[in-house]
Amino acid sequence: MSARDEIFAGIRRSLHVTGNEAPRRAAVAARLRGAPRGIVPARGQGGLPTFQSEALRAGATLATVASAADAPDEIARYLRDANLPATLRMGADARLEAMPWGATTLEIARGASDGHDLNAVSAAFAAVAETGTLALVSGPDNPSTLNMLPDNHIVVLFAEDVVGDFETVFDRLRARYGAEMPRTLNFITGPSRSADIEQTLLFGAHGPRRLHIVLAGVEAVGAAQT
Amino acid sequence: MSGSVTTPRFKQNAHDALGDARLQRALGHARNFIPRRGAAVERLPEFEALRDSARDIKNHTLAHLDLYLEAYERKVTESGGFVHYARDSAEACKIFLDLAKARGAKSVTKGKSMISEEIGLNQAIEAAGMEAVETDLGEYIIQLRHEAPSHIIAPAIHVTRDDVEADFRKAHLHLPADRDLSQPEQLLAEARGILRNKFLNADIGVTGANFLIAETGTSIIVTNEGNGDLTQILPKVHVVIASLEKLVPTLDDAAQLLRVLARSATGQDMSVYTTFSTGPRRAHDPDGPEEYHVILLDNGRSAMLGTDFEDMLRCIRCGACMNHCPVYHQIGGHAYGWVYPGPMGAVLTPSLIGVAEGGQLPNASTFCGRCEQVCPMRIPLPKMMRHWREREFERALSPATMRYGLKVWAFFATRPWLYRASTDLAMRALTLLGRKKGRFSWLPLASGWTEQRDLAAPQGATFQAQWRAKSGATQ
Repeated sequence: MSARDEIFAGIRRSLHVTGNEAPRRAAVAARLRGAPRGIVPARGQGGLPTFQSEALRAGATLATVASAADAPDEIARYLRDANLPATLRMGADARLEAMPWGATTLEIARGASDGHDLNAVSAAFAAVAETGTLALVSGPDNPSTLNMLPDNHIVVLFAEDVVGDFETVFDRLRARYGAEMPRTLNFITGPSRSADIEQTLLFGAHGPRRLHIVLAGVEAVGAAQT
Repeated sequence: MSGSVTTPRFKQNAHDALGDARLQRALGHARNFIPRRGAAVERLPEFEALRDSARDIKNHTLAHLDLYLEAYERKVTESGGFVHYARDSAEACKIFLDLAKARGAKSVTKGKSMISEEIGLNQAIEAAGMEAVETDLGEYIIQLRHEAPSHIIAPAIHVTRDDVEADFRKAHLHLPADRDLSQPEQLLAEARGILRNKFLNADIGVTGANFLIAETGTSIIVTNEGNGDLTQILPKVHVVIASLEKLVPTLDDAAQLLRVLARSATGQDMSVYTTFSTGPRRAHDPDGPEEYHVILLDNGRSAMLGTDFEDMLRCIRCGACMNHCPVYHQIGGHAYGWVYPGPMGAVLTPSLIGVAEGGQLPNASTFCGRCEQVCPMRIPLPKMMRHWREREFERALSPATMRYGLKVWAFFATRPWLYRASTDLAMRALTLLGRKKGRFSWLPLASGWTEQRDLAAPQGATFQAQWRAKSGATQ
């Protein structure tokens, strides 16, 4: 008997079932198809303000810009203020492509990272107000290596993509990708950290040391909150 | 099975741990988790309802585990991945080594995985002549020290900063000997630099899984460092190693469990990186692994279904039980002698390595009940420890002195008049003897207690006598 067969037989023996019981099969099919909502915290209903305060709480920095066209300027400012070189790597996301990068002095590289980039920018698929979490999906538009390898990760987030909770992100994923998920879905809440040395919290463990969110489409252009 | 099992020597291990001043200092940090969890729970009014929801999801999944496994396997395959089944540790290691050898792998990077510890994967990889590199900072530290983790989410919690500095100086000989490593930031930066090269040059990346999703064939890992992500997106092959009970039905179900996981573990609302991985990279993806394999491990779990210990299969390995355990706080994780420490280890270890080897662990509890109070999955840990105690006794595995003592106690307990008379006499005698100091620093048959601390002297009458007097007075 193969390991697979033996494990299935063992489970069914323990559960006293054959695996052919129609009600069990129906219950499983219904749950997989219906994906019933569980308990969704009310906190997410706070929308944009909740997203902003939760993201800051998680250690990200955040700036708002009135429209996407203002994002390159804000990113150039952020890098300048942090004394970082004016270089940036990005994928092929059409929303990023459409921004006026030429108006800045940023030196832009394209495609996945090989680990030698200091700065990268991605466009978020969505964000979750409940916990200040960004959702990024893999692919040529926003390669996953950009989320993890550079020291400084900048994420452009469109205000209309900020949703209350994780469940709404999943609904959007199902609507966009159908039955097949993207290879990698990264939920990112703040910059990389570790507390493995005497429980001392340190930033920049393996992933980015800094996470800067540029929230686009917010009318009141505030000073960058850091 | 991982490394050497010292669980049968638990009593000696615990004794040694209590006398280890360095360890006692390091263990102080374990208590930091308590206020952090408390604050996170405080901030989420729905937390208790989420615990119920999380428990119900796992119970439903376990009751239909065969069918959800079928669905999960189908989705992994559809998305271009492979599912391998392993009955036990040896089979899981063999599956991995066969995969690795067929691809000519030399270097394997690893995200933190308790299942990998359980099956002893590092030892197997090294015995096969390959390099295994732990990339979680805590795991990297204990790998340099040739130790097992002493906590399931903070594996190096028993190690001090000075220890880490000494370990790094010994291991990283290519770096200048006079470099400054006096600050934790410097230690982290050094590890980051060294492990960055390992990530970029690895042939295979191994991660565990916090959850597996049947709806989509997805594996989820949760980390704060990002090491699990670099482990899986840089090498050509990503191998997930996970046990059967990690399965949940849907994405929505995973969200319920994620909401209780980080809060219970570190007191964060969410860990920094919660990553959903489905299959290998797609045709047009510029990065990500070219192959995706899942090794599903049973190792005794299917046999736990339908038994007194089925509830343990709900465990999501958050570590809250050990973070709140007065016994763990005193002796740390290594005393438990195998992979899983604390209350969850005391219940799970006898299931996985047998009650003959692991039977002492369930005795290391005061039954204070804090573990059950904080368990996000509402696992009745004290009840299950009691089940194990009964089994250990039934199988005559407990020591003769304990069995003899219980017999003597039973003789009195089944004769209430004799019990009352003799305890009354004993209390009076002890009250008289202890009246000067109010405590005993030595007592016959109680050296196990009095070696470490004094025993308070009784204040007079027995509990039963006081109870009788009290109820007589109020009636």
